[in-house]
Amino acid sequence: MKRKIIQILGMALMIAATLVVVAILGVVLFDLTAKGAPVLSWEFLTQSPKKGMTEGGIFPAIFGTTAVTLLSTMLATPLGIGCAIFLHEYAPDNAFTRLIRASIRNLAGVPSIVYGLFGVAIFVQFLGMGASLLAAGCTLGLLTLPSIITTTEEALRNVPRLTREGALALGATKWETIRTVVLPSALPGILTGVILALSRGAGETAPILFTGVAFYSRYLPGSVFDEFMALPYHLYILSTQHHAIEEVRPLAYATALTLILLVFMLNLTAFWARARWQRSLGAGK
Amino acid sequence: MEKIKIDIQELDLFFDKKQVLKNVSLHIPAGKITAIIGPSGCGKSTLLRSLNRMHDLNPQARLSGKIMLDELNILHGNTNVVHLRRRIGMVFQKPNPFPKSIAENVSYGLKINGLHDKKKLAEAVENSLRAAALWDEVKDDLDKSALDLSGGQQQRLCIARAVAVEPEVILMDEPCSALDPISTAKVEELMLELKKKYTLVIVTHNMQQAQRVSDFTAFMYLGELIEVGETRQIFQKPQHDLTKNYVEGHFG
Ligand SMILES: Nc1ncnc2c1ncn2[C@@H]1O[C@H](COP(=O)(O)OP(=O)(O)OP(=O)(O)O)[C@@H](O)[C@H]1O
Ligand SMILES: [Mg+2]
Repeated sequence: MKRKIIQILGMALMIAATLVVVAILGVVLFDLTAKGAPVLSWEFLTQSPKKGMTEGGIFPAIFGTTAVTLLSTMLATPLGIGCAIFLHEYAPDNAFTRLIRASIRNLAGVPSIVYGLFGVAIFVQFLGMGASLLAAGCTLGLLTLPSIITTTEEALRNVPRLTREGALALGATKWETIRTVVLPSALPGILTGVILALSRGAGETAPILFTGVAFYSRYLPGSVFDEFMALPYHLYILSTQHHAIEEVRPLAYATALTLILLVFMLNLTAFWARARWQRSLGAGK
Repeated sequence: MEKIKIDIQELDLFFDKKQVLKNVSLHIPAGKITAIIGPSGCGKSTLLRSLNRMHDLNPQARLSGKIMLDELNILHGNTNVVHLRRRIGMVFQKPNPFPKSIAENVSYGLKINGLHDKKKLAEAVENSLRAAALWDEVKDDLDKSALDLSGGQQQRLCIARAVAVEPEVILMDEPCSALDPISTAKVEELMLELKKKYTLVIVTHNMQQAQRVSDFTAFMYLGELIEVGETRQIFQKPQHDLTKNYVEGHFG
């Protein structure tokens, strides 16, 4: 009897906790939607800002954020997966590799502004990329790298030893085993990690702040060496730096809403890709 | 005298400092089923995995002695492990299909060995699935995921996968321990069928199974090979007290 009461009590507490979290999220989303949705229109999504950003749309920022995120993913994903494969499958387990692993975990916790400064020093100045889409993409890529490596390693670890041995026993080499059996088995996990990293990257301001984002640019970047506008930075400007903050507040809300929708769509893609992949593997059995 | 397929000579195996196989010598006759029995932890799997060099993966494992597959010195450093494993296939204790379709599972070994002719692959898939007595159950589902099959079907798929590369020897480590009685009966029937073409070595904890399917039985105890002989002799007139106690079920 007592155990039952405790169980019910525990249940109630957990439900309450869940409700609180959902409620906070709900309020934020509701507030954003209520204030941003009226401004959101086809023109808003497809036009450039006009009249000192008091009118017009945010298309260059949407484009810039998409471009810089894609670029960073293209750079960080192969590097991160390669690094994780090496660490997990090939590197010996000794003090040195454990140190590397610990460092990677710690890197994931480094504040993003630090990445921004590092990006300026290395990509913008030392490698001479200037403040550009490329430099910002590299910096963002660096920021997402640790979490891609960590989640990929985790996904590789979850591939059963028996599955690997099955391939080896048929005469597959180590690399063939990794390529044809281990990576496909780990792919849903890897994919989820990559997209979560990517959607975190999409919302970052600090790493792109000094490395390539533009305050205002009427044109889209013509190459990876141009500056670009980005949603998080645009939002920051509209809400704190603008000369008519009150006036552009609705625009700020609509920008925030767009950013959230973009990230939401990315996560949905991850979800969908994962579900699809798992179905083709025989649904989680 | 039988033709010897695998000749194990004075095999010692250490995991780090722990000796797991002690001076094991054993002849595996060609075209027969040899069963390895013995209490848990006595080294049956370890012995089996020495035959296709699965211990290569384990940096702690050290082997000495000699294992000959016909004229091939298995443990020699120059032996091509990939070729060796093509000649000696393995079926594991738990079914371990790849997360791929049924057809891809069966053709896997052939593909990594460089066969890409679609027609030949399809033929091999059908023949192997027939050999594993699985064809009739899956012939309409070849493109479905192997993970959707039942445990017994998965194990027969793994047998088909091993058969597909046409090895000379098939090692099976407790292949029925995760299966129900009906699936077990099917796999046992299959072993007797496979014996016509392949040399089989099976590890089993099931005394009835050893008696039903094997021609020869080897009894191991604490890393040593205690006794080996024709199955009937081992079960009815064991020479050693240890063997007698074990097959009569006094410990295990
Ligand atoms: N990779 C390993 N590293 C260290 N010791 C090991 C390793 N694999 C097996 N052993 C040890 O070697 C001994 C023999 O193990 P093995 O798996 O060969 O036994 P087995 O006869 O197959 O037992 P079971 O019937 O339970 O499968 C055991 O004492 C085990 O703890
Ligand atoms: Mg075993």
